[in-house]
This record gives sequence, structure tokens and C-alpha cells, in this order.
Amino acid sequence: MSLLSQVSRRSWAVWQRNKDVFFFTWKTNFLPPFLEPILYLLVLGFGFGALVTQLPPPYDQISYQQFLAPGLIAISVMYGAFFECTYGSFVRMHYQKTFEAIVATPLTIEDVITGEILWGATKSLINASIVTLVVALFGLASFPGILIIPLIAFLGGLAFACIAMMFTALVPNIDSFNYPFFLFITPMFLVGGTFVPLEQFPAWVRDLALVLPLTQVSIIVRDLCLGWWMWEDLIGIVYLLVLTAITFYAAVWMMRRRLVS
Amino acid sequence: MEWVIVAEALTKKFEDLVAVDKVSFRIRQGECFGFLGPNGAGKTTAIRMVQCVSPVTSGKLEVLGLDVSSRQREIKSQIGVCPQEDNLDPDFTAWHNLLVYARYFGIGREDAEKRATELLEFMQLTEKKDVAIPKLSGGMKRRLVIARALMNDPKLLILDEPTTGLDPQARHLIWDKIRELRKGGVTVMITTHYMDEAQQLCDRLVIMEKGKILVEGSPRELISMNVGAGVVEILNPEDGVIDLLRDRSLTFERAGDRTYIYTDDNRQVRELILREMPASNVFIRDATLEDVFLKLTGRGLKD
Repeated sequence: MSLLSQVSRRSWAVWQRNKDVFFFTWKTNFLPPFLEPILYLLVLGFGFGALVTQLPPPYDQISYQQFLAPGLIAISVMYGAFFECTYGSFVRMHYQKTFEAIVATPLTIEDVITGEILWGATKSLINASIVTLVVALFGLASFPGILIIPLIAFLGGLAFACIAMMFTALVPNIDSFNYPFFLFITPMFLVGGTFVPLEQFPAWVRDLALVLPLTQVSIIVRDLCLGWWMWEDLIGIVYLLVLTAITFYAAVWMMRRRLVS
Repeated sequence: MEWVIVAEALTKKFEDLVAVDKVSFRIRQGECFGFLGPNGAGKTTAIRMVQCVSPVTSGKLEVLGLDVSSRQREIKSQIGVCPQEDNLDPDFTAWHNLLVYARYFGIGREDAEKRATELLEFMQLTEKKDVAIPKLSGGMKRRLVIARALMNDPKLLILDEPTTGLDPQARHLIWDKIRELRKGGVTVMITTHYMDEAQQLCDRLVIMEKGKILVEGSPRELISMNVGAGVVEILNPEDGVIDLLRDRSLTFERAGDRTYIYTDDNRQVRELILREMPASNVFIRDATLEDVFLKLTGRGLKD
């Protein structure tokens, strides 16, 4: 466990660096997460949703828009951290040599990776909060559940950030990120309890989907939006915590192997 | 503490290459110590071990009295590094580069602003304070990297090729600043490909090749020990000249259209040659570190 002993509070300075850059260019950063869910809600929710007459139980009492809205929040959790810790981190590591500059200071490479992951999760929190606000304005989310959503977004964001960082430690060049996006993120985006209830899928797809982190985030966020909070959601939270712990350790180890020679 | 860096049998192995091979050297407090050598000689690898970013394979390495394998954070908090490749943060202005860097050292906002103002002034960058990094010239970037390396008021400043690619004005400014810092007691470890730079700045230096140290000493010592005080150059020498040099057992080297004779008395050698072969094209000059370097590491390309 000596790897983890190299992580310190100084990783906060890396988080602050990324936060500063984000707020210097806040106009370009805040608009997409605000506009995107509106488009999805209008086109898919109200357009396509009008064709949906009846959802399967347990969703038979709600509209398609009510089903879709939490899915959009969950998707913003996934993309927020995954984009940040793949493309964003890779650019800082490879092109800008930012990591190299930071490890010349009292920070270790483990601090840098931890700071990047914390920032990735923060991006999930920010994006998901904006989408939650939009969804609430459409009347598709209820108090007090939506107040807990940012916390779930941060937790889910941590898991996605760690997984993204593992890919960043592996890819030979920036174009290679097409693979994790095509093979992992896009299928998850479609089957992760986002647009279609899991109950619609064949049993094997449903079982597979339940292992995906996005599915767990979707389920928890949907229960929070609809006020359906129940103890099964705790299983999802424990799952995300365990996944984060394992992938965090793996990401730091793999990054160390890539960068320290 | 007298020794700022103590390296004994320091070795760095990569998978298929011994980059630094049982190297020993000591750097005294307050001196400027140079590492010269062709590309691939192991200079940067040695520096990366000193700055605690590349683990030592074997041997001993202490920086500021602390072991590099166990006291990395303490060492790194007391040194300043100017890397070979600029790695300024392109997402920020010059000013924010310094402030963000200070935060990595845990320097408070107020102290950091004061220090950044002083250092921009010191490196003559005050008007460039709010300029984005991509808009700075090469010389300005280099000066800013040095300013950044000084944010934590380091005891040891590591400069990896600090003036490569700069115009003469920028080089001289950087040299002046390095001398000024040394007056303030900062120890400097420098690598360079410019022999005039090493001669100007270094109290002592080593010439490395293929991971080993070939020679160590002050520039003056190295010149007198390895080539003597002067050099005689003959352009397009006739065959008879070479025979003459052999007869007199003079040390010489042939390269391209020139023959170089290393001697303490270059005037006498020139007269000798002109007496025997009056048509020869002969120049004399003082020996430089470049002669030492080329004599020891050869004139062939290294990569």
C-alpha cells in the first residue's frame, strides 16, 4: 500500500489549478451542460416520448419524460468525469507537460493523479447540478431527492474519473480514446438505464447492464428524482464506492508505471 | 553543510541501456557546477535523479544532506528546476503561472504575489505579466521558467540547457542573473552544449560520455591538462606538414579540411611550420573548453 502513502493533501493544489482554468473560461464551460439536456428533453422527451403510450412496471404510473430526465442527469455524470480524465488529462500530461512541471515541486505523481481524479469528479458534480436544475425547471424532479443528487454525481464521477484515468495510462496517443468511447461509453450510454427501462431488455443484457456504473447511477438518481428512495439504492452506493476504491488504486499504479522511469 | 550534492557510484539503468554508469561527484555549497557532454551522455538523467523524479537504480545520492530515495518532498521543496523543454502552463498568463506554481509549494497567496512581483522584475518581465504563455517569445519563456524555479527561494537551482535556442541578448541577461543569484548564495547545477557558457559560469564541471564522467575540474584546469594553453590550426595541410608534426611528436588531430595542434607554445609551432612549409595556411588561438570537449568526445556525430 506504499502507493497510497504517496498521496497527500497537496493533491488539492492540482484540483485548484484545474478549477482556476475552468473558471477563467466559464462561459464556454457552462453553456453546453445547460443546453444539451434541454435539446434531449424537447426532442426525445416530448417528441419521441409522445409516441410512448405505456412504460413497463414499475414505471407504469409515470410519463416518458419523467423516466428520461434522471437518465440525462446520469449521462452528464458519466461524460463530465470521463471526458475530463481522458482527453483533458491526456492533453495536460502529454502535450502541455503540466504533470512534469508539477512533479518538480513537492507533489508526487500520485498527488497529481489524485488531484486530476478529484477534479474529474467535480466536473461531474458541476455538470449534473446544471442538468438537475434544468430538469427541475421542467418539473421533472422533486424535493428533497434532488438535493442529494450532487453527492451521488460526485461519487459516480469518482468512479468514472478513475476508469478514465486507467485508459489515459494505457493509450499510446490521443486518437486511441476512440476505443474506450466506442466500446465502453457509448454502449453504456444506450443501455445504462438511460433511455429505455432495463425491464425491456432480454435478461442477459439486463444482468450485464446492472454491472455497469452508469446503470447504478441512473437507478439511484431516478429514485431520488421520483421520491422512490429505498434501501436497494444503498447497494448501488456501496457498489460505486468499491468500484472507485479498486479503480483508483489501479489508475494510480498504472499512471506511475507510465510516467516514472 | 558543505556539500549540496553527494553522488557515489550513482547508476541509472533503463531496460536496455545504462544511462548513468557508476558516476561520483560532489557539488559544494555556492558553486556553479556544470555537466557537459554530447546528446545521450546521461546529463539529463543525472539531473532527473537529483530532482527526485527518476528513481536511482544503485549507488548513493544525497541532495542537501537528504537521501533522494526517502526524502523526496523535503528535497523538492528546497530546489528550483528549469527543465530542458519549457513546460509553462499554457492555460495561464505569466503572472498566474507563478502563483499557481507557488501553490504547489504551499506558499500563501500574499507571499506568492510579493515574490512573483519581485521575480518578474528581476527577470525583466514586468510588462509581460498579463500575457498568455503562447504569446511569449522563446527568450521570455525561458526567463519565466527561471523566475518560476525561483518562486520557492531554492537553495539549489538546476538548469538543464537554460539558454538553448536564445539570441545573444537573452543569453547574456540569463548569465547575468545566474551570477547575481550565486552572489546570493544559491548553488547552481547546469547542463549546456555551449562551451562559452560553461567557461563563463562554471567553477567546476564534468564532461560526460556514454554515462561516465571523462574528466572533472575547473575550465582552466581542464584546458591546460587536456590540450595545453594554445591551438594551431592548419587549413588544407600538405602531407609534408603531417610528417613534420609526427617527427616533432606534437599532439595533433585531423578533422575535415583542418588539422589541430594542441600545444602550450602555439607561436613557436606556427613559426616552425611556416619555416618548413611557407605556403601553409596557419592560424593560432587560445585553447578553449570546446577543444577539450571535442578532443575527449570525438568529432563524430553522436545521434
